Order: sequence, then structure tokens, then C-alpha cells
Amino acid sequence: MILDQISVFVENKPGALSDVTAQLSEAGIDFKAFTVADTAEFGILRFIVDAPKKALTLLKLNGWVASLTPVVAVKMNDEPGSLARILKLLSDNSVQVEYMYAFVAQEEGRAYVVFRVADPAAAAALLEASGFATSASIVR
Amino acid sequence: MPEGVRSKERTGELAYYQEKEELMSRDEMTALQSERLVKQVAHVYANVAPYRKKMQDAGLEPGDVKGIEDLHKLPFTTKDDLKEAYPYGYLALPLSQCVRIQSTSGTTGRRVVAFYTQHDIDLWDSCCARSIAAAGGTNEDVVHVSYGYGLFTGGPGLNGGSHLVGSLTLPMSSGNTERQLQFMTDLESTILCCTPSYAAFLGESAHDTGVIDKIKLKAGIFGAEAWSEEMRRDIEKSLGIKAYDIYGLTEISGPGVSFECSEQTGMHVCEDHFYPEIIDPATGAVLPEESKGELVFTCLTKQAFPLLRYRTRDITMLTRAQCSCGRTLVKMKRLMGRTDDMLIIRGVNVFPSQIETVLINSGYPANYQIILDRVNHTDTFEVQVEMTDEMFSDEVRVIEQKEKALLAALKSMLGISPKVKLAAPRSITRSEGKAVRVIDKRKI
Repeated sequence: MILDQISVFVENKPGALSDVTAQLSEAGIDFKAFTVADTAEFGILRFIVDAPKKALTLLKLNGWVASLTPVVAVKMNDEPGSLARILKLLSDNSVQVEYMYAFVAQEEGRAYVVFRVADPAAAAALLEASGFATSASIVR
Repeated sequence: MPEGVRSKERTGELAYYQEKEELMSRDEMTALQSERLVKQVAHVYANVAPYRKKMQDAGLEPGDVKGIEDLHKLPFTTKDDLKEAYPYGYLALPLSQCVRIQSTSGTTGRRVVAFYTQHDIDLWDSCCARSIAAAGGTNEDVVHVSYGYGLFTGGPGLNGGSHLVGSLTLPMSSGNTERQLQFMTDLESTILCCTPSYAAFLGESAHDTGVIDKIKLKAGIFGAEAWSEEMRRDIEKSLGIKAYDIYGLTEISGPGVSFECSEQTGMHVCEDHFYPEIIDPATGAVLPEESKGELVFTCLTKQAFPLLRYRTRDITMLTRAQCSCGRTLVKMKRLMGRTDDMLIIRGVNVFPSQIETVLINSGYPANYQIILDRVNHTDTFEVQVEMTDEMFSDEVRVIEQKEKALLAALKSMLGISPKVKLAAPRSITRSEGKAVRVIDKRKI
């Protein structure tokens, strides 16, 4: 399944992370997954929330530079080898992964892995055709 | 053939390159300046259309200038005048009589090209020779020139001066510190010519690499950027030398327009060639000696590009206080600032408007801040730019590619590389609705 990930530009300085999360939490937005890409100079916060469009509008109103990016979320068993099988499938089909992160699902024994690829629709189709469940009911 | 300057170390006498002009009495100097100015005004009126027009507009004829006391009647020349007339508007002789072009470090839109006849080169070289002799240079010295060679006047000027003094000249040009130190030690350089920040850097490198004990330098002639007395003492200590200031600008000739002597209390102006005035930058009124104001030069002897009353936008003061070196040439004090927003960073002229142009052309908002500092005597130069929705990406790689492209565009425009820092939107300080563009933390 394809999800809308939110990406936010932050400077590397104290308070930036807590400002973003506080503003969204106050609006009742629930974080499902969160990751930070950082360089020496700046960071990009990437996260999955239950209401991405609402979150984006709110962030922009508060003056943040933010965007929505379609990413592929794949459900997998929380056991050795699950991730390797998915990555091999993508690699065998020449799908280049720009970045990825994983999180544990509420459902017992399950995890999700999120991929950023150039063509998320094609990648989702490939994964589904190979029997991976990309449909995840993590977003309302 | 010029005779050069012979070492008088054994007799303890001070050496001058052109004793007659450098030690001339005030009356003789005024007479010489007057005679030269009258000739120059006639030459310029006959050959430079913008000057003829300016003088006609002011109701002046060449005959109205009878001596140096009439100089104030003439209109000023500004950098904008030169820009409008680029490239040949202020040329006073046919190109067939010119032998050289040099150019300012200011870039697109602000560039000034200056033309020289052989006579103009010779007089410029002689001014640099005066500077080298004032720093103790003789035919027994090895003059190590680490100013850039090329369109920049630093390298060619000191190179020519060193030849006239009769010193052995090392045309090193700038950069490649390892090679600089190797030549300096192997060939026993005695006088170093470069920017003060590069001198400080060479000093540090010489200590770091352990070659400091092999260095035979006795003096340095440092210019093209403003530097403090504290920085002078640090360089002197680090390299074990005496450090002399030198001033000049391409529009007037190049380095050597004024130079420091052993007293180190200001720079003697080669006023037999370049007549200095200090004016009130707001009204244009000529100010008396010891008053702080904008420095203005009139070229008395140059043939190809003879500017009259050129406003340098540099702020300083003039003094005729007696100098222990014996020179009677008027002295200008260390530079005290600028009347415009031009920044001198690592010896390169930078206008904030150039940075603004690059940002707009590269798709960034024109909301930026320039942060200057001096760390270990080297200028640090950071440009902070606000991130926008258009420039943002969820991928670090994409943002960094755009950052690199911006850096390349800035380098190409400015000639030096700043550090680019991407800032959060609306994070750049504004005061009274107007952004503070430059934060200069350098102590000068």
C-alpha cells in the first residue's frame, strides 16, 4: 500500500524536533512511525501519521517547510529473513531504494517496513504480485 | 637601466628607491604636483569624452585649473561612472599605445578594466619599488611574491617593483602552501609579499610542518585587505619578521599607491603620481588634514587611464606629521572602513548584491545573511539561505545537490567560495522590517 509520508526541513538546533511533534500532538495527530535523516548542517524529519493532509496543512500554517511523499509500506512477519527477502526481490527487479525505515505494528508479531522508491505504484504492484501484503490499515 | 637599491646595511643608512621624490620639500612637491595636474587636465579634456562633458557641464575649461589648489573645482569620478563607460569610455590614448590591461576583483557588472602604457607600468613598478625599499629590500634580497598573478594587480605590481630594486624575484603567485614553504626555505626568501591572511596562514603552516627554523624572511609587505595592529604583531611574531602595510587599487594603478615605512604608523602616498584628498562623503567637501573621510585620488602622471578625483569609498585620514624614516610624502592612516557596502573577504571585493543575484537566479529567496569572522587570521565566509518549499526534498541527496549547485554559482560570481548554510524559513533576523544582510565579526 502507498502511504503519504510527511517530510519536514529542520535546522540542527535544539528544540526543532520537539516543536514539530508538539504542534502535531496538540492537534490530536497520532504518529505511527518517525525517522530523522541528518547531515552536519540540517535534518529532514520523516514520519507517518494517521492524518497526513491535516498534518501538512498545520505544519505549513506554522511556517515549516514540509512536503508529502508517497512511500510503499510493506507488512512482514517480525522474524529473521523477512526484510532480506523483500530487499532481494526489489534488488532483483532493479528497484532502487532511496531510503527505508521499519516500525513494529500494534498487531502481535508483525512489523512494517517503509520504502522510498522512484515509482511507488510499480514497487507496490511488484511486492503484491510476489505475495507480500502491502495493504496495511495503519492510516485511517 | 635602473640602478636598483644597494644594501647599506654596513653603513646603517636608510635606503630609498627614489630619494629625490620621496624626500622632496613641501614647496617643491606642490610645484611638481601643480605642473603635472595642469598637463593632466589638458590631456584628459582633449581625450576623454566623459571628462570633457563633466567639465563643460560644470562650466570649466582646462585653463581654469592653474595648480593643485584648483583641483577641488573638478568633478568627481565614481565606480558607477567607470561601469557605465565600460570598457573604453575613460581610455585617454589609442589602444595601440597601451601595453597592458588589469582588472578589479569585483565581478560581473562591477568590473573595471584599467589600461596601461609602458610609462604607466613603469611608474606603477617604481611605486612598488619604493615600498620594497621602505621594507628594507635591496639587491641582496629574495622577494617572494605570493599575490595572485593575472588580472589582479597584486602579483604583477610587486613583481615589477622587485625587479627595479634589483632583488631576486620569486613569482610564486597564490596557493599551494607546501610549494610556497619549500621555495621559501630552499631559496631563502627574505621578503614575503601577499595578503595578511595568507601570511598568517603561511606562518602557521611553517610552524606545523616544523620548517619555521629554516625560514630566512626578514620582512613582509601585506595588503589587499584590511588588517588590525594585533594581526600585524601576530604575523611578525609567527614569522619572525617586520610586517609592512601596502595600499592600492586597480583604478589608480595597483599596489604601491601608498606604502608603509619602518615607523609603521601609516602609509606614505606616492603623491607625486597620485594626489590624495579626504572628502566628506555626503557633501563632497574637501576636509583638512587629520580629518576622517573618504579617500579620493587624482592620477597626475598616468597616461592611458588617468582618473581625476576618483572616489575610492575607503575611509581614512591624511597626516603630514614628520616621519622618522625621513620621507616627506603625506601619510594615510590604516583603512577605517568603507562608504559603501563592499566587503573585502580574503582580499577579494564582494558586494552583497552579487550574492543576492546568484540566489535569485538559483531559485532561492533573496532573504539571506552573510556571516564573516576571522579564525586564525583567516576570513571565514558563510552565506545563510532560507529553505523554501520549492528547494526542499525529502531526500538529503537532492538537497545537497542543489546546495552544491548554489555553491558553484556563488564561487563563479564572487571568485571565492563561501560556506552555504540552509536555514529554516523566516529564521533570518530582521530589524525594523529590514533584513540585516551582513554580520561582520572580524576585528579590524
